[in-house]
Amino acid sequence: MPDAPGLELIRGEIEAAHPGAVLDTGFAQDRAVLSIDPAHLIAVLTWLREAPGQEYKFLSSLHAADYLPASPRFAVHYELLNRDRVERIRVKALLDDPGEDTLPELDSCVSLFPTANFQEREVFDFFGIVFNGHPELTRILLPDDYVGWPQRRDFPVGGEPVTFTYNEKNYG
Amino acid sequence: MAEPLLSEDRTSEVMTVNMGPHHPATHGVLRLVVDLEGEVVRDLKPVIGYVHTGIEKSCEDKSYWKVIPFVERMDYVSYFFQMEAFCGAVERLIELEIPERAKHLRVIFLELNRIHSHLVWLGTTALDLGAISMLWYCFRDRDRILDLFEMATGQRMHTRYFQVGGVIEDIPRGFEAKLREFIRDMPVRVEQYQALLDRNEVFLSRTKNTGIVSRERLLELGVTGPLLRAAGEPWDLRKAFDYLSYPEFDFKIPVGTVGDNYDRYRVRVAEMVESVRIIEQALDGLPEGPYIADDRKYVLPPRSELSTSMESLIHHFKLVTEGYRVPPSEIYYAIESPRGELGCFVLADGSAKPARVHFRDASFVNLQAFRDMAVDSYIADMICSLGMLDPILGGVDR
Repeated sequence: MPDAPGLELIRGEIEAAHPGAVLDTGFAQDRAVLSIDPAHLIAVLTWLREAPGQEYKFLSSLHAADYLPASPRFAVHYELLNRDRVERIRVKALLDDPGEDTLPELDSCVSLFPTANFQEREVFDFFGIVFNGHPELTRILLPDDYVGWPQRRDFPVGGEPVTFTYNEKNYG
Repeated sequence: MAEPLLSEDRTSEVMTVNMGPHHPATHGVLRLVVDLEGEVVRDLKPVIGYVHTGIEKSCEDKSYWKVIPFVERMDYVSYFFQMEAFCGAVERLIELEIPERAKHLRVIFLELNRIHSHLVWLGTTALDLGAISMLWYCFRDRDRILDLFEMATGQRMHTRYFQVGGVIEDIPRGFEAKLREFIRDMPVRVEQYQALLDRNEVFLSRTKNTGIVSRERLLELGVTGPLLRAAGEPWDLRKAFDYLSYPEFDFKIPVGTVGDNYDRYRVRVAEMVESVRIIEQALDGLPEGPYIADDRKYVLPPRSELSTSMESLIHHFKLVTEGYRVPPSEIYYAIESPRGELGCFVLADGSAKPARVHFRDASFVNLQAFRDMAVDSYIADMICSLGMLDPILGGVDR
């Protein structure tokens, strides 16, 4: 894991090439965290993957979290790993909620990390975050005709309609 | 003139066949949409979600200590690993150090669970390949592990044994003797299994040189665990990262060379023997002392104190009713499960319930490699590859 000066160096180098890409750096439970502007996501991930001395070539996990009521509301986490140095770094793409029926959008990193395929579909399925350029962005765990984004914090729990209506139709 | 009944095209036609979700060889409720040209798989798509139960969402509505039995039921074959991933993550969030004895006990149960998981895999996969007797032998030994679980925890499966801070109870008297008996027998049993399979013509011809995926492609696809090691990559989180008391133990990481189904089998079988070695060392070096941390803000007080100490009673009441609060923070904690990297992401918002619990399940990610393993092979090899992939659909769908 990069230490605090190392993380600032990473920030400096990314900022030099892509001004405004890094919004914040920090440490959460001893994990270096780069919070970035989603517009520069692919550029930052590519740099972390390819730049000599970085080479975070393994994407361990991709997941999202809803920070309601904070703003920006969503963050997609990329847990990157360099297996030679045994170093992890977390990239957080911060996303605003556009509100109403519009869904937040982000570039897909499937071409960079093929492992993200299922995981991006899962994030789409549960948070309604659209990954532009994903080869097949459909629901993965929930039924195709499901309405709503259940892992969002404001999704009501309970009151799910019962899908098996045989008894209701015939005897109700 | 009438059309000929069998046009030339019919013989090379690609047919789409649906397999599952209730196919016995899919190891759970997995549906495969397979494009077949004769007997050869040309394309394939796994369709999942049939046992999705919304566990991650349910966890948001439970206080931290009540989440433990939920997450156990995700990957229902390696429940101790789910508990360790979650408890370890929460312990790091609240910066609670667990006693040495608890670390050793956790390692013992994790490794027993790894053997258990590999035995279930070996039995069912060999069954898919026609070796029915393997199932009975493997389940005989699996039952001994379940007996051990029952003895120590009161439950055979989904034990809820790990707690934030340590383990819920010390191992009972007689457990050590029974466990030593088991680890004495197990290497012999593994040799017997190998003797049954390693020189079996049918088994060899069905596993050797089938389902090969290169190491580079596996890494791209995020595959971890025995699948990756079978392709020759010695990557094991137990060695790479320092968690529990694994750094104290001497064990090897079995790796394969070719990365075919036979190597996957050899790696897992060798891992069982290594797990036995770890258990033996953990048992020999099992330190005396408390089995759970002594922080009354997070850990239930001993039952005997409740009738004499008012303070203990208050702590007990607070912990059981509200639970403990975790300061706002987030963590991703990964351990090596029998199927690869099992990561647990916990987001705490300062309340007594987690704002988000997410599991990076190894089966879920590994399943993406299945297309690469099966395309352009025979449908029979596809079944073999699926068994060797060892997905647990409870973990895939959560």
